[in-house]
Amino acid sequence: MQIKDAIGEALETIRTQKLKSFFSLIGVLIGVTFLIAVVSIVQGMNVYMEDRFANKLVGLNTFQLRRMPNFSMGNISEETWREWARRPRINYAEARYIEGKMATPAIYSRYCSQNLPVSWAGKTANGVDIWTADAPMFQIKHLDLEAGRVFTPQEARLGQAVAVIGWEVGDKLFKGADPLGKSITIEGLPYRVVGLVSKQGTLFGFSLDKFVVVPFDSPVHRVACSLGFMDELHIQTENLASMQVALTEVEELMRMQRRLRPAQENNFAMQTAEGALEGWKKISAILMVALPMLVAISLVVGGIVIMNIMLMAVAERTREIGIRKALGAKRRDILAQFVVESATLSTVGAAIGIATGIGLAFLVRATTPLPAAVAPWSILLGVAIGVGVGMVAGVYPATRAAKLDPIRALSQE
Amino acid sequence: MSDLVIQIRELTRAYHMGAEIVHALRGVSLDIRRNEYVAIMGPSGSGKSTLMNLIGCLDTPTSGEYWLNGQEVSRMPDDALARVRNREIGFVFQTFNLLPRASALANVELPLVYGGVSARERRRRAQAALHRVGLGDRMDHRPNELSGGQRQRVAIARALVNNPAILLADEPTGNLDSATSEEIMRVFETLHAQGQTVIMVTHEADIAAHAARIVLLKDGRIASDAPNRRGVAA
Repeated sequence: MQIKDAIGEALETIRTQKLKSFFSLIGVLIGVTFLIAVVSIVQGMNVYMEDRFANKLVGLNTFQLRRMPNFSMGNISEETWREWARRPRINYAEARYIEGKMATPAIYSRYCSQNLPVSWAGKTANGVDIWTADAPMFQIKHLDLEAGRVFTPQEARLGQAVAVIGWEVGDKLFKGADPLGKSITIEGLPYRVVGLVSKQGTLFGFSLDKFVVVPFDSPVHRVACSLGFMDELHIQTENLASMQVALTEVEELMRMQRRLRPAQENNFAMQTAEGALEGWKKISAILMVALPMLVAISLVVGGIVIMNIMLMAVAERTREIGIRKALGAKRRDILAQFVVESATLSTVGAAIGIATGIGLAFLVRATTPLPAAVAPWSILLGVAIGVGVGMVAGVYPATRAAKLDPIRALSQE
Repeated sequence: MSDLVIQIRELTRAYHMGAEIVHALRGVSLDIRRNEYVAIMGPSGSGKSTLMNLIGCLDTPTSGEYWLNGQEVSRMPDDALARVRNREIGFVFQTFNLLPRASALANVELPLVYGGVSARERRRRAQAALHRVGLGDRMDHRPNELSGGQRQRVAIARALVNNPAILLADEPTGNLDSATSEEIMRVFETLHAQGQTVIMVTHEADIAAHAARIVLLKDGRIASDAPNRRGVAA
């Protein structure tokens, strides 16, 4: 029969019995809300993690040669930790050897960091990341300057006390005044500000602008690293393919220098952006497996509730079914009417669920550092779930309605 | 022969009531010609409701034959019976049996919906049927906004909208006061005068008196079948 009439009937039922309908739809509503919200947040996180997290913290086509991995997720055993701690640090000789022997074109920067207060004219910025690095670091990390310059090769080689400051440090100490040429104090020694880095924004709510870059060999080096060693050697190649080549080259060069036998494992780590994402990928994979199960549970409950509502509707409207049959409705007309009605009810629940799910995702985005991006496929899936659950839940009540004997149905009060 | 709308031969209907078998009809034979106005009477338990259900194709007989408008309907499956009810029979019930949430127009359109008539044609024919019963100005009212007599007129319009072979009325005035009853009977008379075959089941003698022929049932058999002496000439 006419789908339009059945849809109208369902909407009429919802309109006249708002509260009852709401409760009957809450299962589907919650299921779909959850689906949309979680998928949106996971999708948003994926984009965020790939775009910002990996590229800001590691850099595009870049990897870091380190003593141990710095983004490690999951359970790391006591032995692993001890093994990592026993590893030798990366030293200057190793870094120079790599730079000299590498066939793949690349740029390099040694790197150590230390959290220290920075002050100027009685004002102090606490907890500033002091990076001791070589000049290519600005290129590797895509740090564009808002004012001034990066340090010269000469300043770098001599380890002169010059500094390029992050946007937030400049804002805090100089409050809009020109920081260039001013002398800031780090560890009791004066550093001349030669450059100001443009604003980098935040990552999970943490500022990416609270740092100062100084030449690797400048005086603060003795606080940040042990003499002759570095925390990391940053290596950037031209593209992703050459980075893959560079990774194997660096691995071979390091194994050669450290005289590792084939059976021995690497006693150093190479951190890529990809590697930094590994932990997140594990979490999102777990979410994507757990999500369908959670959604399925609420949908099964929602489906059963809708089935009950439809059984009640069939019981309440037995006489109506009798009238329709007397006027010529075939079994499948009655069947279709109640299945469509059930599907309509459920789809309305799903539609509300989609709206609240999107609302929830935006709320999360507005109030937490977590990003959210609504995936169009999840909306389509939500609608499909609504129609599907309703149809499945409606089949049994509709079959009962279709099988009613018209004479008995008509005699029902 | 083609003048016969209904041919019933030795129709029986037995029900199982637990272990017992109840014989509601024990062999009824009946012919009704086109444009007859027949009243079926009988006390309760006489089998008149069973006969009405069989004539209305809501039920199938235990044995015997029933031909309606040239088709044998006594052996038809469910869906075929639904089609016959839709095309050949116009029901008028004691309790009107209108859909409470639908307007008068939508109620009258309902048989056309199941007959697969297009929306525009449905509307046109339903409006015509409502005009025919004098409710052209009440088409958008819901049943609870109409009087008993008006509701029964809507039901009659619904019964007529598919141009059925028979108009089958079951105690059509049972829920109406006597003035309204007379009004409804005049509608039936008008329809009969326009050529409609009318079959009315009732236990009220003064209502049956409007018919041209009275069939009296007793204990599942026809006790008498005669032209109405006081009757209204056809």
